[in-house]
Amino acid sequence: MSNKKRSVIPGFGLSMGFTLSYLSILILIPLSTIFMRTVNMGWDSFFKTVLNPRVLASYQVSFGCAFTAALTNTIFGLIIAWVLVRYDFPFKRIVDGLIDLPFALPTAVAGIALTTLYAQNGWVGKFLYAFGIQSAYSTTGITIALIFIGIPFVVRTVQPILEELEPQVEEAATMLGANRNTIFLKTILPELIPPLLTGFALAFARGIGEYGSVVFISGNMPMKTEIAPLMIMSKLEQYDYAGATAIAMVMLFISFLMLLVINIIQWHTNKFLKV
Amino acid sequence: MTKKSIGTEPKLVRWLLIGITVIFLLLMLCLPLMMIFSQAFKKGLNVYFAAVSDKNTLSAVQLTLIATLIAVLLNTIFGLFAAWAISKFTFKRKNLLITLIDLPFSISPVIAGLVFVLAFGRNGVFYEFLYAHDIKIIFALPGIILATIFVTFPFVARELIPLMQAQGTAEEEAAASMGANGWTIFSKITMPNIKWGLLYGIILCSARAMGEFGAVSVVSGHIRGKTNTLPLQVEILYNEYQFSAAFAVASLLVFIAILTLILRNIIEWQGKKHKG
Repeated sequence: MSNKKRSVIPGFGLSMGFTLSYLSILILIPLSTIFMRTVNMGWDSFFKTVLNPRVLASYQVSFGCAFTAALTNTIFGLIIAWVLVRYDFPFKRIVDGLIDLPFALPTAVAGIALTTLYAQNGWVGKFLYAFGIQSAYSTTGITIALIFIGIPFVVRTVQPILEELEPQVEEAATMLGANRNTIFLKTILPELIPPLLTGFALAFARGIGEYGSVVFISGNMPMKTEIAPLMIMSKLEQYDYAGATAIAMVMLFISFLMLLVINIIQWHTNKFLKV
Repeated sequence: MTKKSIGTEPKLVRWLLIGITVIFLLLMLCLPLMMIFSQAFKKGLNVYFAAVSDKNTLSAVQLTLIATLIAVLLNTIFGLFAAWAISKFTFKRKNLLITLIDLPFSISPVIAGLVFVLAFGRNGVFYEFLYAHDIKIIFALPGIILATIFVTFPFVARELIPLMQAQGTAEEEAAASMGANGWTIFSKITMPNIKWGLLYGIILCSARAMGEFGAVSVVSGHIRGKTNTLPLQVEILYNEYQFSAAFAVASLLVFIAILTLILRNIIEWQGKKHKG
């Protein structure tokens, strides 16, 4: 039943033991406290908390904005990855490096910068407000913050796949008389669907849980621009641990679901996966 | 006309796509960066340096560095062990283990903080024991370190696992059959192959650890001069409408972020050079 082939390399017991203990002590056991607390609180109070109108509204804001932002990022991420892989232009290396800025920049810093930029008197907000777009303290603002946070996920998932596409396929299609649109739709896009889906799912998952970059630009108006992580935060500030746990449980469930989806996509496209 | 350039788009489409990319990145990435510096220096260099050298800011710098150092060190040790176990041996449920290591990436930072409050905070599972022995975890340094470890948990392991899997086990097996012990194999055979990837993982992990906000915010208690990390200090100043000071402190974090990106590129370049 078990794998009988024994390796000559030493250290399996030590490294596996350390890995499992560290993982359990720091991640799994702490996470299980959420499940335990939820079970202990009873279904009545659990549903009363998670189905509270204000909490429901916060899920709606979180999911709606995360979805819009992830979709926007999928489109722009594809364009950016395409431009970075296929075309040459000045300062390309700097542009390429800049993509990772949202990974490196602390979320709180991104939050206050975006808020100042997109507020009514901000450099960009000035113009958007003139056109009647309320770009801060609204769901639009939340979406802008989530676009900022999510863009590298799509670009960095699509880019390596695009780099490894065989140019011969496109050349063959050109020889056979296909035009650029047909080539893109029939030979390139199908290869890019799995990484685009993965990028979308990663950006979406990150967007649902994001806190630091959003709290400043959202304005946190009850029923309107409160996000789900903020609800956990405000329950904690009122020492309502049970309430915070219940909302966290719902979010964890969704995280696991997203993780499952991402893994299924990854598993289906394993042949593309390289270093 | 189209036959001229096999495998590329008409010039108009090309420049349109480049234009979209540049405008998008300008609006979403460059302007926020410029905004931070413009706000930080708005009231002059004196205000900037006063904010940066403020007593509370300096203690926030110190706290951030201590928490980052410990969290990154522990996660690096974990990453090395985990990558060794996963890449050099075959066992069942390997994919499950990799998924579990990735788990913190898909969990909201606020929840990462919450789990430690539930375990060690008031009404927590271990609260009575901790209270009896006068050990403070929540609203103190240990809590901040735990939350930081949780959030940055996968970074080093994530970098090393695919790298070490791609390198296979042949060299290590050869060394082992010639009688080298585990430490010799690791330091002489494996380490030279993974050093750039390891460094890369450590840098990403440090950047995230220094900038973590949500998780640390839950466990820190926001005690000024004591449990405020740099990002929390930024938040407090901003909420008190001390915008110049907030952006001045934020600019310190931006310098670190830019440094991270530059180092990242150098390492990536070095890694490619040594591979080829």
